[in-house]
Amino acid sequence: MIEELTPFYTTIKDPEQTAQSIKTKGKKILGYLCSYAPEELIFAAGCHPMRLFSRKTEISLAENHLQAYCCSLVRGILEQGLSGDLNYLDGTVFPHTCDSIQRLSDIWRLNMDQAFFADVIMPAKLTTASARDYMKTVLNKFKTDLESYIGHPITEDDLAESIALFNRIRTRLDQIYTLKAEHPAVISGKDLFCVIKAAMIMDRNLLDTCLKDLLSALKNLPQKPGDPTRLILSGSVCDMPDLYTLVEDAGGAVVGDDLCSGQRWFQGLIPQDLPPMDGLTARYTDRVVCPAKHSGNFARAKALIDLVKAKKAQGVVFTLLKFCDPHAFDFPYLKECLDKEGIPSLHLEMDDQQTNSGQMTTRVETFIQMI
Amino acid sequence: MNDKATPKDPEKEKRKIKSAKKMRDIMTTYYMDALTARENNKTVAWITSGGPVEPLIAMDIIPVYPENHGAMIGASKMGEDLCIKAEDMGYSSDLCSYARADISCAVVNGGPLGGLPKPDMLICCNNICGTVLKWYEIQARHFNVPLFILDTPVCHSGYTKEIAAYVQNQIKEYVIFLETATGKPFDYDRIKTVGALALEGQKLWQKVLKTTAQRPSPMSAFDAFFFLALIVTLRGTQTAVDFYTQLLKEMEERVEQGISIVPEEQHRLLWDNLPVWYNLKWLSQKFSDHNACPVADTYTSAWCSAIQYIDANDFLGSMAEAYTRIYLNIGVDQMADQVLGMIQFYGVDGFVMHSNRSCKPYSFGQMDIMNIVREKTGIPVLMLEADMVDPRNFSLSQADTRIDAFMEIIKQKR
Repeated sequence: MIEELTPFYTTIKDPEQTAQSIKTKGKKILGYLCSYAPEELIFAAGCHPMRLFSRKTEISLAENHLQAYCCSLVRGILEQGLSGDLNYLDGTVFPHTCDSIQRLSDIWRLNMDQAFFADVIMPAKLTTASARDYMKTVLNKFKTDLESYIGHPITEDDLAESIALFNRIRTRLDQIYTLKAEHPAVISGKDLFCVIKAAMIMDRNLLDTCLKDLLSALKNLPQKPGDPTRLILSGSVCDMPDLYTLVEDAGGAVVGDDLCSGQRWFQGLIPQDLPPMDGLTARYTDRVVCPAKHSGNFARAKALIDLVKAKKAQGVVFTLLKFCDPHAFDFPYLKECLDKEGIPSLHLEMDDQQTNSGQMTTRVETFIQMI
Repeated sequence: MNDKATPKDPEKEKRKIKSAKKMRDIMTTYYMDALTARENNKTVAWITSGGPVEPLIAMDIIPVYPENHGAMIGASKMGEDLCIKAEDMGYSSDLCSYARADISCAVVNGGPLGGLPKPDMLICCNNICGTVLKWYEIQARHFNVPLFILDTPVCHSGYTKEIAAYVQNQIKEYVIFLETATGKPFDYDRIKTVGALALEGQKLWQKVLKTTAQRPSPMSAFDAFFFLALIVTLRGTQTAVDFYTQLLKEMEERVEQGISIVPEEQHRLLWDNLPVWYNLKWLSQKFSDHNACPVADTYTSAWCSAIQYIDANDFLGSMAEAYTRIYLNIGVDQMADQVLGMIQFYGVDGFVMHSNRSCKPYSFGQMDIMNIVREKTGIPVLMLEADMVDPRNFSLSQADTRIDAFMEIIKQKR
């Protein structure tokens, strides 16, 4: 492993340690669960935006709040919160997303004692002028909430600087993804997943530097030969590094993704020629859409097929979390659209934090062989 | 069917709610109209159960409710078959059973009516869940018809001015959508009349539901589930107002004469969440055998819970607030407050929560509400695991044992 990857692995191994070291610099840590959380505002407020991932597979405390037919991601994060593992958080931010996260927001507010809590109730439909106007008022309200928490206004300069930083981070991530798509062997899927996951956790200034270093290191690596079967992952969060390795062992490579812990999170730059709040509004309205939101009846299929074509992928693996309604509703339609385009797909239903099973190995191997 | 040779039990006959037949007749006529709409050049819109129907009525568009149809599918025990068909189409068995049943029904023309009339447009209001958003997208693609989404942001801890402005703007967009879809101007006079009838219908429905605060209760929550169909499907019509006037009269007479729905009512219960449609009769009998009456529920009252936000003089203008601040679109703590209010108003001895796999916004948060209720009232709470339409997620024997144990606790507490 190249040394430029070390900070990313250190981060995901112990997010709490990362949080504690950021706190010593006087920053408040605000957790979030969804890729619609406006991180630029959190950062501009002098706080640290930190995405929460489920780390526990054993659920006991969350059992008293959420039934077993709630997805493992939501239950797992609640378990972490209730067990005290997230005590380093100063607050949490809940954008409007799926029904399960919506209710988690209520349960969190009622059961977790944190200095800051915010529901960022964004529009669910994104296609109209009124929804765009509303998006702006919601972002403005969140800005005001943050300002009253930190006790001073967020200046235009702070915000512009934050936006520039996040745009830079997103551009670098996109460049790494592009490099991976051009030369799949340059970085393993497992390593790339680690980078993207850490990017949602670590200090963003440090991240910017680390990504820059990683990018130049990757560019200087000697090119390895190889002609893997090129795949796209599609789903919500795929917190399963084993899957990437499994794909590679079977002769494949993940050359892009349609995940909210992947390209959907970082794609879509904030227009910097607009006033900052307008730029943010545009980005969160126009970004690659999540199935819990509405951007027309055909937006997701179009985005997925465009991605497959752009990355010259040969197949799509749907990594769907069990009990994830928005993705499960879209799956038959997306599959049908892929079929029409002659793009093979594989449907894997999994739990968050799942480890590889023999059955999954067989299915992935067979799928790759068939392409 | 009654066997002519067997004389009717006069005691049972006395307890029967007479308005039920009238209601069946009205619903039959309504569905006949809807099913023959195309032949009669009438326009049909599919709409979600929590959606604003009044503008449709004002435009002479026949509203059709896939959720009401889902309830009929469940009650007629056709749910499992249709759900399996949807699963064969690739829809996960963990998805809402109303949605699954409807999605397959649209393709195979199944169900008790042989399929719903094809829609000319779809009206989706997400005040009840995010599921309807996905479900209506699927149907909009299937039928290739325009879809209007009324996006009502969740009021976790209040109705903010941002939400108010957004939903109010969308009410205007809704009117424009209907004008475009029908090619007719919106009738602003007619909506006043329809709005007044809708408000009157809701007030009557509320009065009907409140009669069960009397002891013994003239009807049960399970009867209310049945009588709900009209306030959902024909809200804003004179038919609904007339029917509920008659039903209220019957309930008041029953109260006056001391006619209860459960013969020896001793225990009063509050029900939470949707009914278990395919086992409603069994559950009803089961509670009755314990001399217990589920007198009220959080579900049927949702169709009159926004009365306080409706401005009788400006129905269209107040629709945004009334449709956004409904039971499922508020925070869990606010829901718990409403439950506590009902427990007190109806004087209940126990709380039965249907943990409904099909309805996440309704079911997640129930355990917190349960804890709040236990802490603040001390009444026993039972959580039954089931599903509103798909019987594969319901264990009758387990429910049987658990209800027995729950009723034992209630009896000991007396």
